[in-house]
Amino acid sequence: MRTTTLPRPRGELTEHLFSALRAGGDFRGLATKTTGDDAALALWVLHELHYRGLTDIDDALEWDPQLLRVRRQLEADLEDRLRSRFHAPAGLSFVEDALDWIDEQDGPSLARHVHRNASRDQVLDLLAVRSIYHLKESDPVAWVVPRLGVRAKAALMELQYDEYGGGDPNRLHHHLFELGMEASGLDPAYDAHLDAVPLEALEQNNTLSLFGLHRRLRGAALGHLAAFEATSSLPSRRMAEGLRRLDFPDELVEYYTEHVEADAVHEQLAVRTICAGLLAEEPELEGDVWFGAYTCLDLESRFAHAMFARWGIEERAA
Amino acid sequence: MSYEHPDTIVCPGGPMLVRDHPDSDRPVAAVCRCEKSARFPWCDGTHKVLPADQRPS
Repeated sequence: MRTTTLPRPRGELTEHLFSALRAGGDFRGLATKTTGDDAALALWVLHELHYRGLTDIDDALEWDPQLLRVRRQLEADLEDRLRSRFHAPAGLSFVEDALDWIDEQDGPSLARHVHRNASRDQVLDLLAVRSIYHLKESDPVAWVVPRLGVRAKAALMELQYDEYGGGDPNRLHHHLFELGMEASGLDPAYDAHLDAVPLEALEQNNTLSLFGLHRRLRGAALGHLAAFEATSSLPSRRMAEGLRRLDFPDELVEYYTEHVEADAVHEQLAVRTICAGLLAEEPELEGDVWFGAYTCLDLESRFAHAMFARWGIEERAA
Repeated sequence: MSYEHPDTIVCPGGPMLVRDHPDSDRPVAAVCRCEKSARFPWCDGTHKVLPADQRPS
């Protein structure tokens, strides 16, 4: 399995951190607080030690106490930013109302743009940027499984089993994306496009890892999952039609058509069995479940704005 | 303690979930109930864009 090559540093923190990683550790962080791209990339790389590891970097650094302290500070800053943006919907029950509430949130849509107007280059750019998510699709949620009670755990595994191809590696979702990238002439390694990934996409990714890695945030992880699945089926259909319009290969189109059908199931399971099971067992997590769902939609909206700006597109026309 | 684990779950306004559906290789399939799905008999989320009075109860 190919590990992740360290990307280009984006500031003082990543310069020092990457040098320390190559030298085998001994890094206590900077004296001043780091924000923006530099902080997001540092956290992304530190999380990567817990997934597939980093090329030529000692695997034992995954549990290096100094690096964990740096990671923890970056995660605390991220969580503070996410919580400061969160507004809990008043008087709603997640299990009863979340799907309607999610439908009512109207953010900018990259899928609509791909469907009707995007150029081939814009789609290739979007696929490259999104690859850091799609190539480890479902992995952050897998961290949550052992932290759940019986109902929620069984329900989550019912969904994850489908995400991971039901035992067939050829149907495993992140592998389908890899095949789609390859057929489209893109390097399917998930570090290949890291230098081109904007802050907003790094933060989407970091948030998934934050929610997945902290047992305390299991409610947010499952709320995020519900919102993610509930905003996937119809947009995946638009993506598939846009990819056909631009003559992208079948392998890539099939990744999205698979998600039309799979996520029409998964959105219902995420709310009606997974979050319902969690909240029956741990009703005090309702606020965190909403936090996760809100954050998913908020991050996607910020990501879409960033991509439209990157392509020089006035959003009213998009 | 035993838990409910029904073979089917009717989703208000949306599809019916069916576990181990003989025509599907998914562990759970979503069967369209609005009859407007482009992937009929499977749900493709189309019910969400229908007016409330055309969504299945």
